[in-house]
Amino acid sequence: MNTVNPARTPQELDDTITGGIGESPLRPDGVLKVRGEFAYSSDLWHEDMLWGATLRSPHPHALITGIDTAAALAVPGVHAVLTHEDVPGENAYGLKYQDTPALAADRVRYQGEPVAILAADHPEIARQALKEIVVHYAVLEPITDPERAAHDTTLPKLHPDGNLVRYQRIVRGDPAAEADVVVSGVYEIGMQDQAFLGPESGLAIPAEDGGVDLYLATQWLHVDQRQTAKALGLPPEKVRLTLSGVGGAFGGREDLSMQIHSCLLALRTGRPVKMVYNREESFFGHVHRHPAKMYYEHGATKDGDLVYVRARMYFDGGAYASKTPVVVGNGTTLSVGPYNVPNAKIEGWGVYSNNPTCGAMRGLGAVQPTYAYESQMDKLAAALGMDPADLRIRNAMSEGSANVTGQVIDFPAPVAELVQRVKDMPLPPENRTSPVDIRELPGGASNTTHGEGVVRGVGYGVTIKNISYAEGLDDYSTARVRLEVIGGEPVAMVHTAAAEVGQGLVTLQQQIARTELGVPRVTVHPADTSAGDAGSSSASRQTYITGGAVRNACRAVADRVFTRAARQLGRSTEGMSLSGGKLVASDGEVLAGLADILGDEAIEETREYHHRPTHPLDPETGQGDAHVQYGFSAHRAVVDVDTELGLVKVVQLDCAQDVGKAMNPDAVVAQIQGGSAQGLGLAVMEEILVRDGKVRNPSFTDYLIPTVLDMPPMRIDVLERADPHAPYGVRGVGEPPTISATPAIANAIRAATGLELPRVPIRPEHITGT
Amino acid sequence: MRVNVTVNGEHRRADHVWEGESLLYLLRERLGLPGSKNACEQGECGSCTVYLDGVPACACLVAAGQAEGREVRTVEGLADGDDLDPIQESFVERGAVQCGFCTPGLLVAAHDLIERNNEPSDAEIREALAGNLCRCTGYEKILDAVRLAAARKAEAAR
Ligand code: FES
Ligand code: FES
Repeated sequence: MNTVNPARTPQELDDTITGGIGESPLRPDGVLKVRGEFAYSSDLWHEDMLWGATLRSPHPHALITGIDTAAALAVPGVHAVLTHEDVPGENAYGLKYQDTPALAADRVRYQGEPVAILAADHPEIARQALKEIVVHYAVLEPITDPERAAHDTTLPKLHPDGNLVRYQRIVRGDPAAEADVVVSGVYEIGMQDQAFLGPESGLAIPAEDGGVDLYLATQWLHVDQRQTAKALGLPPEKVRLTLSGVGGAFGGREDLSMQIHSCLLALRTGRPVKMVYNREESFFGHVHRHPAKMYYEHGATKDGDLVYVRARMYFDGGAYASKTPVVVGNGTTLSVGPYNVPNAKIEGWGVYSNNPTCGAMRGLGAVQPTYAYESQMDKLAAALGMDPADLRIRNAMSEGSANVTGQVIDFPAPVAELVQRVKDMPLPPENRTSPVDIRELPGGASNTTHGEGVVRGVGYGVTIKNISYAEGLDDYSTARVRLEVIGGEPVAMVHTAAAEVGQGLVTLQQQIARTELGVPRVTVHPADTSAGDAGSSSASRQTYITGGAVRNACRAVADRVFTRAARQLGRSTEGMSLSGGKLVASDGEVLAGLADILGDEAIEETREYHHRPTHPLDPETGQGDAHVQYGFSAHRAVVDVDTELGLVKVVQLDCAQDVGKAMNPDAVVAQIQGGSAQGLGLAVMEEILVRDGKVRNPSFTDYLIPTVLDMPPMRIDVLERADPHAPYGVRGVGEPPTISATPAIANAIRAATGLELPRVPIRPEHITGT
Repeated sequence: MRVNVTVNGEHRRADHVWEGESLLYLLRERLGLPGSKNACEQGECGSCTVYLDGVPACACLVAAGQAEGREVRTVEGLADGDDLDPIQESFVERGAVQCGFCTPGLLVAAHDLIERNNEPSDAEIREALAGNLCRCTGYEKILDAVRLAAARKAEAAR
């Protein structure tokens, strides 16, 4: 190769910009990104690197009776071909249960399961050589119906313990309570994909100590490190991971993809190995959102007070457990929504099947029940002759309420206010201008209607989402902060292993350090496993948990500055603070320049932040303080529906959300806009179509995500009701808007058409009945 | 095969190019210009948009050999040295960049729109960007950024 550029590696982010907590400074990586100079994991490059590729099963369920790699290895330019026999450590990984083989051994359980890997000089040689690997399969009947998988014990067992991953029951009050008004429904939700734009990719470089350095895009470096090291049969310290640029994640990078494979190939060939999935492979190579089927019954008094909720829900986890246990936990504990419900009986099943594996996606476990209970709330409002928003307000939980697991909410929960706020926002004008701009109508520039057959509807969606990891997990993060004088100026460096996946965590780390240490210049060190564990960039937890760790480390550094200053100045540390690069007394008097106090001696501290303990659910009753915090959001959608063609145009999508404290108000709004777009996608277009265990649309041609033409204008109202238990009062932001957007749109389409529409995404044929 | 191409005003040559390689591969893996992104490599997402002889094109759909003797301008060629192009500036300022993977393609598409029309209506902006997927932002801040850049451009032209 006659390439001229050097190796590309992750950059330090040190753009000197101002802005502390509560302000909206610009991203330190923004300029690099607009210049095309930001190194994403698929941009990494190394002299003599090889290209890795993966052979995947074409069958959803089959026994492997033999693998022959000789012909592939004989292809010129191929340097290694590996199968399960070449996995030196344990050939089993997983986030909750270690049930997933790095490379399939005796059977495959889903279409796309990795069976063999190889490394070659050029990606095209690698692709061609894959075809030369011969795998003998004995094809088996796939298990594809999750409800059957939960109950039919005559089905073959996909894993030693059977096909049930988790069952959870929640019983509250009188599970057999009766009510004046009863509504019920069966709701289904299709398989959504995270569809992040940056493909799974990374570069593994063999190291002299027999270990390996892996540069990659992920959400949680340490959990990848632990799982990868185990498969490689190496101690974790010999498998060093560094985060490179991540092109979005949304839960889809929580499970391993190319981590073990690229390292295996690098260690075998002794050369750097780069792996980059193409889009089709990306659809096969990561877990998706759990499809679900949910049976709901709501009972209420004639006045509209909820009396009971009974629900049974089935989550299809696909071939491997991944996050299915958590989906069942979240799904059941959040099953009645942000409402006061005195009596409940909830059951949730998470099962194995031969469908694609499902795991984490934004809104984990809350998206499914929210769609169901919010559909039910509209149905109940109709049965009661009530306004749907008023019914929600009437039943809204608030601070001091006990939820369905008996946990008392000891922080603000302004649910009624959120609903009222979206309700009070102005509606778009009913009377469209004439002549109408067809681009504003369903079908848009395709010119499918000029307004005839178009009806308008308004709908609400409200949600509650747990923040951070739950059910007794010790969820924590670690931060190292160093303060030193560089070029005569005090500079803070923040080092964590927390993954910036696009959400803006790098900005936030700078903001916290600037505020706590009173220095304008803050550098964010690239995230890697030489820093302590930071946990995952998921569950809306990083601002809360890593933000808390950065704060703690900064305060520890500041304390040492005060002690040093006290010694130097011969006074007590009492009332000292840092501001504008100076040491300031409580009366505002400047005591000294920070640079003078520091001199040549840097101060460095490492601290953790652990959130309040949570507790497992009682297996029989499902009662327990399972969650540490909740986020709340409400959407109101306005839609136009062309009832003849079944086309939907979302005209407006408004949102109110409580974020506790808007650490970076612009970034908060951006999260709400982006999250709402994913919720819109699930409502009307996004679904991985699976038939007989096979994916039918693994491409951006056939898996549709919202474009700029699909997203309507949004009004956004951000509340700040501080959570007294969280650092700075923050409340996780990232997930709620995705969750409540979907039912708001579904309810609006129902309001427009009068149709039942018990399944999302709502497709044209559901509306036209064809 | 050998490919000669002018990229961002500079003449570049690549040897041993395999005939199935795309212009995107040539730029990213052979010429050391990874700014244009590889999100779908099927012409569906717009992340790889570059100017080819002044016209926006998906580099993933152009064979490397087709670029022989032609002019390519990538996201790396939008800025004038240290000075960002107004569209780049407005993307940074308006928070239109989250993960940023869609950004290079969007910038080229938006740059082209504003070159042609510095007073685009919202509908025209949406139409021009409809071929560029973004999974993070919900597009609102991208629209803001394009409006701002267009306004600045119109102002400068007055
Ligand atoms: S990468 Fe070329 S259009 Fe998606
Ligand atoms: S910013 Fe991530 S895809 Fe657009």
